[in-house]
Amino acid sequence: MTRPAGQEPHIELEGLRFQRDGRPIFEDVSLSIPRGKVTAIMGPSGTGKTTLLRLVTGQLLPERGSIRVDGQEVTGIGREALYRLRKRIGFLFQHGALLTDLDVYENVAFPLREHTQLPDCLIHHLVMTKLQSVGLRGAARLMPSQLSGGMARRVGLARAVVMDPELVLYDEPFAGLDPISMGVIVRLIREINEALGLTSVIVSHDIEEVSQVADWAWIIADGRIIAGGTPEELRGEESPWVRQFMHRLSDGPVPFHFPARDYPEDLREVPR
Amino acid sequence: MGAPATVQLEGQSLTCAGEWRLPGVAALEARLEQLSLPRGRLEISGEALEGLDVAGARLLHRLVSRVEAAGGEVNLHLCEEHRRLLELAARVRRPERLHEPRESFLSEVGRVSWEHWWEFRGFLGFLGEVVAEFARRLLRPSTARPRRFLNELEQGGVRAVPIVAVLSFLVGLVIAYQLSTALDTYGATVFLPELLTTTMLRELGPLIVAILVAGRTASSYAAELGTMKINEEIDALRTLGISPFDMLILPKLLALIFALPLLTVLAGLSGMLGGALVNWAVHEQGVTAFLQRLPEGMSYRHFWLGLVKAPVFAAVIALIGCRQGLRVKRGAGGVGQATTRAVVQAIFAVIVINAVFSIIYNLQGL
Ligand SMILES: Nc1ncnc2c1ncn2[C@@H]1O[C@H](COP(=O)(O)OP(=O)(O)OP(=O)(O)O)[C@@H](O)[C@H]1O
Ligand SMILES: [Mg+2]
Repeated sequence: MTRPAGQEPHIELEGLRFQRDGRPIFEDVSLSIPRGKVTAIMGPSGTGKTTLLRLVTGQLLPERGSIRVDGQEVTGIGREALYRLRKRIGFLFQHGALLTDLDVYENVAFPLREHTQLPDCLIHHLVMTKLQSVGLRGAARLMPSQLSGGMARRVGLARAVVMDPELVLYDEPFAGLDPISMGVIVRLIREINEALGLTSVIVSHDIEEVSQVADWAWIIADGRIIAGGTPEELRGEESPWVRQFMHRLSDGPVPFHFPARDYPEDLREVPR
Repeated sequence: MGAPATVQLEGQSLTCAGEWRLPGVAALEARLEQLSLPRGRLEISGEALEGLDVAGARLLHRLVSRVEAAGGEVNLHLCEEHRRLLELAARVRRPERLHEPRESFLSEVGRVSWEHWWEFRGFLGFLGEVVAEFARRLLRPSTARPRRFLNELEQGGVRAVPIVAVLSFLVGLVIAYQLSTALDTYGATVFLPELLTTTMLRELGPLIVAILVAGRTASSYAAELGTMKINEEIDALRTLGISPFDMLILPKLLALIFALPLLTVLAGLSGMLGGALVNWAVHEQGVTAFLQRLPEGMSYRHFWLGLVKAPVFAAVIALIGCRQGLRVKRGAGGVGQATTRAVVQAIFAVIVINAVFSIIYNLQGL
């Protein structure tokens, strides 16, 4: 498999195998994510993109293979080291995953309060800057239940970057956003990346946005990496898998359906 | 909506009309069952059908099979679209599950016991983990979360004060009434204070508190952690580099261990108060007289024997609640199940542990 050239990798996966309830999610995945760049991970729904991010942060353990972040093996390290590593990683959850008994402001302030001894006025300053950059400064005192899905994700984004981590993992940052906030978020990810020189990993289906923001993209389907390259290269790619994905064709080798039995068999009579 | 589904049988021909769709299927099925089908060749004409869906096609297919099973022959008149639907319905097989033998009583007993055994082992595993984590924390007290602890103390302890006070007062009252009726028969009412001490301080006080707290707090722990699990909040904490154990479990556990003995003291006192009230109303003895009747030393012993149980109850209740919450799988139903399990298991555990304490006390001659 091709690798992004000339870059020291920040994350490296090798021969990764993972299954859930006996169903293999990854057969043999190897990929590398260059330091200081924006890398996209694309693939059809349900192929395991979220799972991949969880493996990287050590929330799940692979059956086989190695996961190195910053040269450090994630699969074998002790709890303390793992928690130390996680502090340096920002994670945007697909659904925001805000703490529901804290308001927006406190959610963003939470990592700072937990991990630093900063004075309140500095925390206030940092939180407000981050909220401003996602356009939600006015929503600081709302509770998570009062936010829309897109707003929750933007708060999640602010929380993910509030500690200025070296590595940010974004799980679908663009889903459910209107075109305007989408544009803002795309710019924001780019800016954060360039200003702080951090490594960003974006999981997304939005080919347009990914093309704008990513330096490199991996496409996963069917438990394997099927392609890797710059967004332009992928557009020109000949393989039917990649063509189907990049050109939004409904027919092709990538299955739309979750693995299942024969359709008629599932339509059978209700047992009495 | 079109016309309702109808069937009409005239001699050797059956006419289907109307909407053969899911909403009318039940009535139609009953109607078809009643039909006495003629022998030999049957003409089924479905040209007049206004609509057909998979459910309707399934009925039609069953009708056809019925005739064919009886040795008859069917001639179907259907439009092309409906014919394709019928073919799809015909490919549907009966589920094998129908033929699965029913589980025998014995194997059910075995399976359920096995499940309970695993549940118990799971709890022991969780207990082990918590003890190990806790030991590690003792070395570094800086990870303690006093604010969380105080918050949990308020939720689980302070807020339970009124209900614990009222209920144990009432229980003390009732017990005193019953005792004094029984003692009256033997003219032994002077022993009322002593008996009351034993029951309230040693047995009922701790038990009432533990059961109340199991109902109030084990359920709320399970619901809280379960909801957080489903919202991915627990995962979020982990990725933020914060251990859910420090943040959630430990404060709850410590708060309950701290609160329960205090609540137990409260329950003992208000139960005694209820008893003293009865003593005054029925036997016209003042509270001072009641107190003087309390055998010295004796009541202290019962008091301590009761109090020792409280932290054990507390730990078990908190751990069961937290464990059930953390075990929730996706879905709102999971939280409901977890709270129910938490309460049932916590109350069960409390009563069993209480019995174990009784046995130990007895063996020790306490
Ligand atoms: N907790 C779980 N238990 C069992 N299976 C799971 C669990 N979470 C996810 N899966 C399975 O793992 C597979 C990958 O899930 P994942 O969430 O990683 O997909 P995804 O690529 O992020 O999809 P999407 O683009 O829709 O978010 C899915 O097929 C899903 O059924
Ligand atoms: Mg996902």
